Amino acid sequence: MLTKKVKKRASLLSISLIISFLAIFVILQSLKNNILYFKSPSDIKKNQELDFSKKIRVGGMVKKNSLIVQENEIKFVITDFKNELQVSYSGTVPNLFSEEKGVVAEGKLQDKKFFIAERILAKHDENYMPPELKEIMKKNAK
Amino acid sequence: MLSNLGNLLLFLSAFLSLSLIYFSFQCLKESQELIHSKIFQISLVQSTVILACFFTLIAAFIISDFSLINVYQNSHSAKPLLYKISGTWGNHEGSLMLWVIILVIFSFLFLIKNKLHPKKFRLYTLIFQNIIILGFLFFILFNSNPFTSISPVPKEGLGLNPILQDPALAIHPPLLYLGFVGSSIYFSAAMAALITDYSDKSFALSIKNWVLISWVFQTLGILVGSIWAYYELGWGGFWFWDPVENASLLPWFAMTALFHSLIVLEKRNLFYFWVIILCLMTFILSVTGTFLVRSGILNSVHTFASDPGRGIYILSFLSLLIFGSIFLFFKKYCAKNYSINSNSKETFVLINNWFMMFYLLTILIGTLYPIFTDALTDSKISVGPPFYNAVIFPVVVAFLIFMAVGPNTKWIKNRFDNLINLIIIAVVAIAINFAIFYFFKSYTILSNLIIISSLFLIISSLNDLIKSIKKSNIDLARIISHISFGFLVFFIGLNHNFSIERDLNMRVGETKKFHNYQIKFKNLKLKDYDNYKAIIGNLEVENIKLGDKKTLNPEIRIYENPRTLTYEAAIKTNFIKDYYLTMSNIDRSEFYNIKFQKKPMMIWIWISVLFLTLGGFLRIFKNAKNN
Repeated sequence: MLTKKVKKRASLLSISLIISFLAIFVILQSLKNNILYFKSPSDIKKNQELDFSKKIRVGGMVKKNSLIVQENEIKFVITDFKNELQVSYSGTVPNLFSEEKGVVAEGKLQDKKFFIAERILAKHDENYMPPELKEIMKKNAK
Repeated sequence: MLSNLGNLLLFLSAFLSLSLIYFSFQCLKESQELIHSKIFQISLVQSTVILACFFTLIAAFIISDFSLINVYQNSHSAKPLLYKISGTWGNHEGSLMLWVIILVIFSFLFLIKNKLHPKKFRLYTLIFQNIIILGFLFFILFNSNPFTSISPVPKEGLGLNPILQDPALAIHPPLLYLGFVGSSIYFSAAMAALITDYSDKSFALSIKNWVLISWVFQTLGILVGSIWAYYELGWGGFWFWDPVENASLLPWFAMTALFHSLIVLEKRNLFYFWVIILCLMTFILSVTGTFLVRSGILNSVHTFASDPGRGIYILSFLSLLIFGSIFLFFKKYCAKNYSINSNSKETFVLINNWFMMFYLLTILIGTLYPIFTDALTDSKISVGPPFYNAVIFPVVVAFLIFMAVGPNTKWIKNRFDNLINLIIIAVVAIAINFAIFYFFKSYTILSNLIIISSLFLIISSLNDLIKSIKKSNIDLARIISHISFGFLVFFIGLNHNFSIERDLNMRVGETKKFHNYQIKFKNLKLKDYDNYKAIIGNLEVENIKLGDKKTLNPEIRIYENPRTLTYEAAIKTNFIKDYYLTMSNIDRSEFYNIKFQKKPMMIWIWISVLFLTLGGFLRIFKNAKNN
């Protein structure tokens, strides 16, 4: 026979276990829904199974002479020196955004050649490059 | 010259640390209850030496002694004096000096402040603290030495990044480090308590003020950093869930959980091992944060130029801390049966701790996940604000309600005889909420719930205040902190729901309209300053409905040392809202990128956090008076 005390403790323990599992489940689920993949223009070209409904980040260099500014839109081309991607953006650009500098854009692909950005990520040091970008540049510069 | 002096002082403090450890062990062998006066003296000398060492470095920055690599890389002779000084800790090597200073001074103060506690406990705390000090001193000496000299001596320094030349950032690191590094002392105390089996409520007494002090400064440090990000980074928000911000929040949650649990240990002699775990965890999380930031693994705002050697050193030090503390913990751990009633203050403190651990876990997973996927699967990912918003905000609702109910429960066993009271408060909160939303016409279920629960917390805390004034035993510290936390969430809720944001591309002379607003881009001016040139925009924002006109002057600054471009936001603050406007220029075009935002209740968010820490300060003074 279980005593009242043991029963109480068992129920308390099981409740806290269930809550912990639930908490971890919730965290992992929303993690799955909210991660952003980082891709280079070449990754996008190679990749067969692209999900156009999901947000991604694209990184590379802003191509020389590709920047066009219009009343409601900024257009430019992101290049990783092998492949290119046309980007359209309507918003403010961060410090140090300019041609021939590194850029990371967040948004959705329309097709393999055209990307609508919702955000251009800020950088705070002119020589700083996100580690992801550095690697891509290193690979393609060869 | 300064290089030699600095190095000498560094070696001297390492030597003093070693001798402190040696004499402490000697003293432990003796049977008398008194600690040798020798130990106090060495500890005092150690504090003096390390301070002298730090002032040597500051002096090198002030006189722009470019024979030190560190000064050469981070300073410039044309920089204003304040930023020459703050440049001392604005870089990796100098900030480590600040670390060691806090470690040493806390070690000394803990030694002299805790005279009523057993000798063994105090000496072991001193020993562990000095092991940590040695760890960091070796790191400074052999990997990140700020006194390394360079020859030939350069004529001019490279300068400090202009966005770091800011009064908020001058005090941000010292405040945050007092929190981060302050947690080391209760790490050492917890280790000492484990070794000496100092397992009752007097252990809680010995560390509770230290926990509060580190918590207060951690909170202030986070606040200042967040204000800086708001006006300097130009995107108009104050919290980005950047990995570095997360790194400062992790120990904050652990500290908050800790000082709530400490109350239970002090009053009821329960949760001893849980308190120990929290003590150990706080400092381990602080060092983890440092590792993530300094090793360059994470991509973030705080880009210290990274160097793999640093990462490896901090990582090995961190593993030593983790394994050492886990080993000692399980060696001493014995299961204890805590039978607590499910409706009692103890349970509510536990619930607080569950929430804290939930937030901590969420942020830890979100921050570390990208590192693991990168290492394991080679796909680059990032976890952004949507993840944290989705997980954290719904849980806040329940948290606030428990936070309102918890403090009024009794120790041991409680009965809810004030249920009607709670229902009245809930009804009032819901009514105010609907009034707000009716008035401003904006609607999501979650934001309603968050505002209702924050109002619930505010009103019930106010109710407590009135009741306790009548009975004249006021726990003012608790009430102020809880109310301000309620207000914090409330104002963040309003701010989030009623912000207006608009991005425009405009030419000089143009006027644009949207909602009730009209923006006129009047003209541009060019101005020369000491260390930068500025392009100043003159824009007029008009609220058409109210006929209220404001002029805003955003700037584009061009710095020469080092050559950088920054955008200064123009901010007009008043009691109910901020106007926030940034201007940036785009290559080869006559368009300027204008971002306009209306941010309601911004100033109240900062004020709420200030009051949150005021509660902490009050508790510290009250504790100090009672001892």
